[in-house]
Amino acid sequence: MASDRLFGRPKMPQRPVSERVRDFFEVPLGLPEDVAIAEARRCLQCKKPSCVKGCPVEIDIPGFVALLAQGKFDEAIAKIKEKNSLPAICGRVCPQEDQCEKECVLGKKGQPIAIGYLERFLADYEREKGVKTPPLPSPVPRKVAVIGSGPAGLTCAGELAKMGYQVTIFEALHAPGGVLIYGIPEFRLPKAIVRQEVEYVQSLGVEIQVNAVIGKTFTLDDLRDAGYEAFFIGTGAGLPYFLNIPGENLNGIYSANEFLTRSNLMKAYLFPRYDTPIKVGRRVAVIGGGNVAMDAARTALRLGAEEVCLVYRRTKKEMPARIEEVERAEEEGVNCIILTTPVRFIGNENGWVTGMECIQMELGEPDESGRRRPVPVPGSEFVIPVDTVVVAIGQGPNPLLLQTIKGLALNKRGYIVADPETGATNLRGVFAGGDIVTGAATVISAMGAGKRAARAIDRFFKDPDSFPQWR
Amino acid sequence: MAKILKKEVLTPQMKLMVVEAPWVAKKAKPGQFVILRVNEEGERIPLTIADFDPLLGTVTIIFQEVGKTTMMLGELNEGDAILDFVGPLGREIEEKYFGHVVCVGGGVGIAPTYPKAKALKACGNRVTSIIGARTASLLFWEDKMRAVSDVLYVTTDDGTYGEKGFVTHVLGRILRSEKVDLVVAVGPVMMMKMVSLLAKDHGVPVLVSLNPIMVDGTGMCGCCRVTVDGQCRFTCVDGPVFDGWKVDFDELLKRQRTYLEEERRALDLYLAEKAKEEVTHGF
Ligand SMILES: Cc1cc2nc3c(=O)[nH]c(=O)nc-3n(C[C@H](O)[C@H](O)[C@H](O)COP(=O)(O)OP(=O)(O)OC[C@H]3O[C@@H](n4cnc5c(N)ncnc54)[C@H](O)[C@@H]3O)c2cc1C
Ligand SMILES: Cc1cc2nc3c(=O)[nH]c(=O)nc-3n(C[C@H](O)[C@H](O)[C@H](O)COP(=O)(O)OP(=O)(O)OC[C@H]3O[C@@H](n4cnc5c(N)ncnc54)[C@H](O)[C@@H]3O)c2cc1C
Ligand code: SF4
Ligand code: FES
Repeated sequence: MASDRLFGRPKMPQRPVSERVRDFFEVPLGLPEDVAIAEARRCLQCKKPSCVKGCPVEIDIPGFVALLAQGKFDEAIAKIKEKNSLPAICGRVCPQEDQCEKECVLGKKGQPIAIGYLERFLADYEREKGVKTPPLPSPVPRKVAVIGSGPAGLTCAGELAKMGYQVTIFEALHAPGGVLIYGIPEFRLPKAIVRQEVEYVQSLGVEIQVNAVIGKTFTLDDLRDAGYEAFFIGTGAGLPYFLNIPGENLNGIYSANEFLTRSNLMKAYLFPRYDTPIKVGRRVAVIGGGNVAMDAARTALRLGAEEVCLVYRRTKKEMPARIEEVERAEEEGVNCIILTTPVRFIGNENGWVTGMECIQMELGEPDESGRRRPVPVPGSEFVIPVDTVVVAIGQGPNPLLLQTIKGLALNKRGYIVADPETGATNLRGVFAGGDIVTGAATVISAMGAGKRAARAIDRFFKDPDSFPQWR
Repeated sequence: MAKILKKEVLTPQMKLMVVEAPWVAKKAKPGQFVILRVNEEGERIPLTIADFDPLLGTVTIIFQEVGKTTMMLGELNEGDAILDFVGPLGREIEEKYFGHVVCVGGGVGIAPTYPKAKALKACGNRVTSIIGARTASLLFWEDKMRAVSDVLYVTTDDGTYGEKGFVTHVLGRILRSEKVDLVVAVGPVMMMKMVSLLAKDHGVPVLVSLNPIMVDGTGMCGCCRVTVDGQCRFTCVDGPVFDGWKVDFDELLKRQRTYLEEERRALDLYLAEKAKEEVTHGF
């Protein structure tokens, strides 16, 4: 095989570090047309494409890549949209290196096709042209309530609307989008794109009611009384975990959720034009090694921090963040301190954090996740001076809604127990999907769950007895 | 959007608004709060539900103009709408018979004290209330508080009305001379701290309503965390009402000061803008 076929993978053009660390505009610029076509031509059009198996929603990857290679962009994007209704988002935030691209045969001896870049290329092409609403079916007079407007809820609602159902999304915050709007920063996922996807779902006839905290403003029973017959719970994993070590309530210590919500949802990076403040000192420490930690660290840099370090208890190999994002963070100057964990925070008399005592770790035996368990090295304590700390060690299920639904089965970690194929919970007519079922996962897996649940809800309306668990 | 049906100026810096929010009014319980946002660039701020009417679908808020957001809110008029108005949030107080309850409201805290006193009175409790302010012109709702209390005491720091001194003076006197089963206190953190210490000295339980800085109000950010009995709790979902004996008030005082500089800056810019507008639109 010619080596340009094996190794021709393009690099994503991106803005130079010196320019991008001072603003919040998007970092990767997208492939130019000729480069995208050339890359698409590199695809072997495998008879049994392994990439498709790596895709959680089974996009016909060789199919859309072939159309792209022929310059048939409209057909190509339509092919993606058969399976994935949010390609502009997925093309930017999906961990392709762990999914489709990991399975691509070219990756065995050379470089996998840049499937994610191509997906983004097509989605951007379509966005610039203006997305057309598909013809809508005649309305079916049955009401579905979707709780939460993250990728799971948006997808479920969109799919149901396309089948003609009357769908309302109830969202606790003042803006729809879930993590896409409050968590993932502008420089990685421009909010205009999220808004456009939300508008698309609305154009399908979906109503979105913001400022509606289900469990508080309305209960599930209230919605039932209002005529909703089926429910999809997509409330995400929004409860921030803290370290529970001394000094954690000192001023200057944020959960990643608070830090990112202030910056993204409330636009604190535009303070004082926007009213919500955020405080970033000279030295910032971010605790954690996932996408959330990377986003927080890169946000801190853009907000003016002079030094940002990322403190992670295992090694870089175990970091759950996307490799690309770790690379970008390091390029921008984020300093990764691995095999280290904080044990307490030190503050001054006004209650502000000034230091973080850490202990070094070494990797021991593998734990349940298969990763080697970090164990502290006695006597290795040291202090890192800090002005601001962001704790990004994970999120759990918010009990606010769940505790108000009588009898809903939860697992021991507090997530909803739902059938992986249909999203059906133990309660009749109640479905769930996304992070509230799986724990913090990915945008695409949340979307996949939303889509499967939409199909199941359709089946529930047509053949309610086909759910053995509710008989 | 929530329409403002009625606006009243209670004191120069304190305003009352009756807001059309049927879904909030229907679910509201004493002790709960709402979060609102005045405009697209605005901050989300929590305000206590001072009164509510499920039949009329209205919620009453009372706020003190202490910074930019509360000032912008104060400039809205009847017929205007508040962009975002979400609730009811937080837990309600336990509505049951305790016996003799003393309700203490300081400053703007009189407003959130009212629905609690009203509910406790309705449960058959003997309610003694103490309301206080720095000076006479800052007092409000004396009549409403009187209507839901068996006895009402009024104090002003400067003695311009009622008894001269702090609410804690009156509370101390009552605790020394009468049997009290519960104290409920809402007001500045320092006041709640003093009330809690005093009641604890007399072995009387205290419920306080905490007011840390908040963002979402649904347990998603952890900004509102407080230490109660050595445990980290989120005020917006676990509170805002907590056992006053166990709250770390000093930590709360410090946390409330997190954004002092930024708040100052936002306010100065806002006042400068307003002054400019007055010059261009004025005489
Ligand atoms: C900072 C950050 C970066 C990430 N980066 C990536 C990435 O690069 N790639 C990737 O694939 N994944 C990433 N993820 C993970 C991904 O965003 C989530 O897995 C995904 O958003 C889950 O979707 P969801 O629909 O289940 O829930 P969410 O997106 O969490 O949405 C849930 C929604 O429900 C609302 N809600 C909650 N409770 C209620 C209630 N009681 N009533 C009404 N509404 C309610 C919430 O306000 C929220 O809007 C990231 C996550 C974070 C936090
Ligand atoms: C549960 C709860 C109930 C409350 N009820 C009332 C009420 O009924 N009436 C009333 O007048 N006030 C109430 N407050 C306080 C009120 O929220 C603040 O006064 C208001 O947010 C100030 O905003 P600002 O922009 O005008 O002032 P700023 O200049 O921003 O701040 C002035 C002070 O208000 C506090 N504050 C600022 N932002 C917030 C925020 N987002 N959340 C909470 N506090 C903040 C800070 O301690 C600050 O020092 C309540 C607070 C809580 C948490
Ligand atoms: S596995 Fe790789 S080469 Fe084969 S079809 Fe998929 S993208 Fe093309
Ligand atoms: S205000 Fe965000 S968790 Fe309470």
